[in-house]
Amino acid sequence: MANKRIDQPTGTETVGHEWDGIEELDTPLPRWWLWTFYLCILFALGYAIAYPAWPMLNGGTPGLLGWTSRGQLAKDMSVADQAHTSMREQLAMIPIERLADNSELMKQSIIGGRAAFRVNCSQCHGSGAAGSQTLGYPNLNDDDWLWGGDIKAIETTLFHGIRQHGDDQTRQSAMPPFDGVFKPGQLDALSAHVLSLSGKAKANPEGAALFEQNCMSCHGMNGEGGRNVGAPRLNDAIWLYGGTAADIQRQVQNPRMGEMPAWGGKLDPVTIKMLAAYVHSLGGGENFVEAAKDPAKQTNVSH
Amino acid sequence: MQAEAALGRIGLWFLLLLGSIGVMLGAKDTPFAIQAGMIAALALVMVFMTASRFDPAGKARGFFHMPEGQSRYDDDPVRWATIATVFWGMAGFLAGLVIALQLAFPAYLNFEPYLNFGRLRPLHTSAVIFAFGGNALIATSFFVVQRTCRVRLAFPALARFVFWGYQLFIVLAASGYLLGITQSREYAEPEWYVDLWLTVVWVSYLAVFVATLLRRHEPHIYVANWFYLAFIVTVAMLHLVNNMAVPVSFLGSRSYSLFGGVQDALTQWWYGHNAVGFFLTAGFLAMMYYFVPKQAERPVYSYRLSIIHFWSLIFLYIWAGPHHLLYTALPDWAQTLGMVFSIMLWMPSWGGMINGLMTLNGAWDKVRTDPIIRMMVMALAFYGMSTFEGPMLSIKFFNSLSHYTDWTIGHVHSGALGWNGMITFACLYYLTPRLWKRSRMYSLRMINWHFWLASLGIVFYAGSMWVAGLTQGLMWREYGADGYLVNSFADTVAAIRPMYLMRAFGGTLYLAGAVVMTFNFIQTLRGKLREEAPMTETPYDPVADRPLTAVPAA
Repeated sequence: MANKRIDQPTGTETVGHEWDGIEELDTPLPRWWLWTFYLCILFALGYAIAYPAWPMLNGGTPGLLGWTSRGQLAKDMSVADQAHTSMREQLAMIPIERLADNSELMKQSIIGGRAAFRVNCSQCHGSGAAGSQTLGYPNLNDDDWLWGGDIKAIETTLFHGIRQHGDDQTRQSAMPPFDGVFKPGQLDALSAHVLSLSGKAKANPEGAALFEQNCMSCHGMNGEGGRNVGAPRLNDAIWLYGGTAADIQRQVQNPRMGEMPAWGGKLDPVTIKMLAAYVHSLGGGENFVEAAKDPAKQTNVSH
Repeated sequence: MQAEAALGRIGLWFLLLLGSIGVMLGAKDTPFAIQAGMIAALALVMVFMTASRFDPAGKARGFFHMPEGQSRYDDDPVRWATIATVFWGMAGFLAGLVIALQLAFPAYLNFEPYLNFGRLRPLHTSAVIFAFGGNALIATSFFVVQRTCRVRLAFPALARFVFWGYQLFIVLAASGYLLGITQSREYAEPEWYVDLWLTVVWVSYLAVFVATLLRRHEPHIYVANWFYLAFIVTVAMLHLVNNMAVPVSFLGSRSYSLFGGVQDALTQWWYGHNAVGFFLTAGFLAMMYYFVPKQAERPVYSYRLSIIHFWSLIFLYIWAGPHHLLYTALPDWAQTLGMVFSIMLWMPSWGGMINGLMTLNGAWDKVRTDPIIRMMVMALAFYGMSTFEGPMLSIKFFNSLSHYTDWTIGHVHSGALGWNGMITFACLYYLTPRLWKRSRMYSLRMINWHFWLASLGIVFYAGSMWVAGLTQGLMWREYGADGYLVNSFADTVAAIRPMYLMRAFGGTLYLAGAVVMTFNFIQTLRGKLREEAPMTETPYDPVADRPLTAVPAA
């Protein structure tokens, strides 16, 4: 079988085997290939000596450079943190309701809060904090607040979350489902009345009566909402779950109620302060009033 | 005698029917009951077919215009696997285009629950890797091992079982994904019972292949067969270790992996990386080692290089898996080893490219005139590019930028579309006329069309994913002068949307090329020849294409 011959086009000798007409040339290994291979092996050996590599009985060899991925992370993080250390220390000392007195610190907090918002909040509220009416995430740019819009109230909401089990200070309430309570005609009347509160429909006496019996205790006589129970305002153009008659009826029958994580267990208090400052700065932030008993009576201040 | 055998076969199918109905009734979950029902339906059909002496294989052979009479080599399983390659290729490419469009238009194309992205993605990856690639490997390995050993396949019945058993594996896996059955292991999503079935099929494949090698009438084993053998043996080992699991119930579809935490992650990527290494690299290099010298009619460039790069490739590849877990909970030492083994793998991988490309020495003119050679050259070029990119991305410096971005998707597809796809198309164009005894493909010009559509598609695909990956990587790590992150995740998604559209366009071109191929394939099966200006083709010598008859002992 060994039929060595010189291959004409290349001038190279064949090895002498043949399979189904395929022969093989006896070309030596390309030098550049071999040397590059050797260099890769040398690099690999050197790297494995310099960095953690060889598995031993208890963990691997540490490597001559003493590098670890955890060490590198800790170093990078501490460098990044140092830039903000003094600001964070100041922020830790100051009560949130006094933050407005220090305009430079407030500015720094808003910048830091914007970054933290992108990482932790934008998933629901959107990168621009505009929320989503389809999904029921509140818009944070307007001056409509479910649980209060002064910086302290925002911080509390952030810290304890909304409807979170296991946090006894969480924002808690539940709207009862009215599925089957109203007849279809009554539902139409009720939704017409709700729409009339913001001038989107004509007054509806039947609906008004139903509203007074069933809804007023939380949403208020004129639909001004109730922040102690997170009941949305109904007499403005801002809607959480949609503003058509069908949307309103769906919500009355089987209410959706939003939840928000209690960030106090996830983020440090300084970051939460920065987030509160950022959300407060978006456009609808209200002035903090000492010992305000009825948040609904607070005045809105637009920035 | 024949009637008794038929009766026996009916009995076996009937037992399977009863058994699967029993499993269906006792099943703990609906998807498992549906899969048992599929087996029952198959058994029922087989009972009737056997009883009515209906010869489905014969009918199907007629439908697919398979040549009559005993061929010299046992090419029937090869023909079946060739048809399956074309079919599953189309299915897999289509699924890929659909999920690319889902990513570009998530609001309109997310069909819950059966056709959501999470279920269609493994359908796409499994269809292209295991159904398209796997059938191409079965077809070519059965074809090549017979020719290079000059014998017919050992255990012909078992070889047929390998083909049909493998198709059943594909159907069970694919339908399972859509039903929501998954063990969530990358490239190994099928659950325990499908894994067991694949084990039986794969061991049969190994038996047929090794027995054929042992019966060879050649003194040496050709290099393509080393690669095929490495592929079959290693995939068996990977499959067994990665899928070690305990079923929750033998009548249910769920199981628990034997591994947990970071060990589980490492096992999965040891498997996942070597699925690429031994399925998509070693197996397809085997195809290259036979079909490139045959089509070019040139000797292999270097026997020595083939030995050195074979052994270094299979020794080094198996250790490189940890590079998928850089900067994770995996211990630093294991990360380092994954990285340095990947770097050492660069030249062994390129050995295959060099041996393929340099085999064209003395036949380079065919790149201009022979569309099949052109495809092979493009395949080897993409092979070289992705086997350079792979070691580069495994270096921590690059990985910290590229990891979790679409750069990885671009890298995978430059290898999959460029290397695996192109070399498979080239092999299909070589095989089809020879298997169906036609003088040539229906149209060589259409091969050329396929070449350009596919190449352009890859350029759009890989190019857009590279840009998208770099954009993501840079945006994720962008810190402002104030010392805070600049972008939210959603911002980075919005930024790459144009690239997602461009990727879908590239995929459409690639699929269009495959449609042209399918048409060309069907016309060739029907025995048609398109009248067209000739292009270079490699002549077929039917006299030489036969087994060597055993020489009686002197």
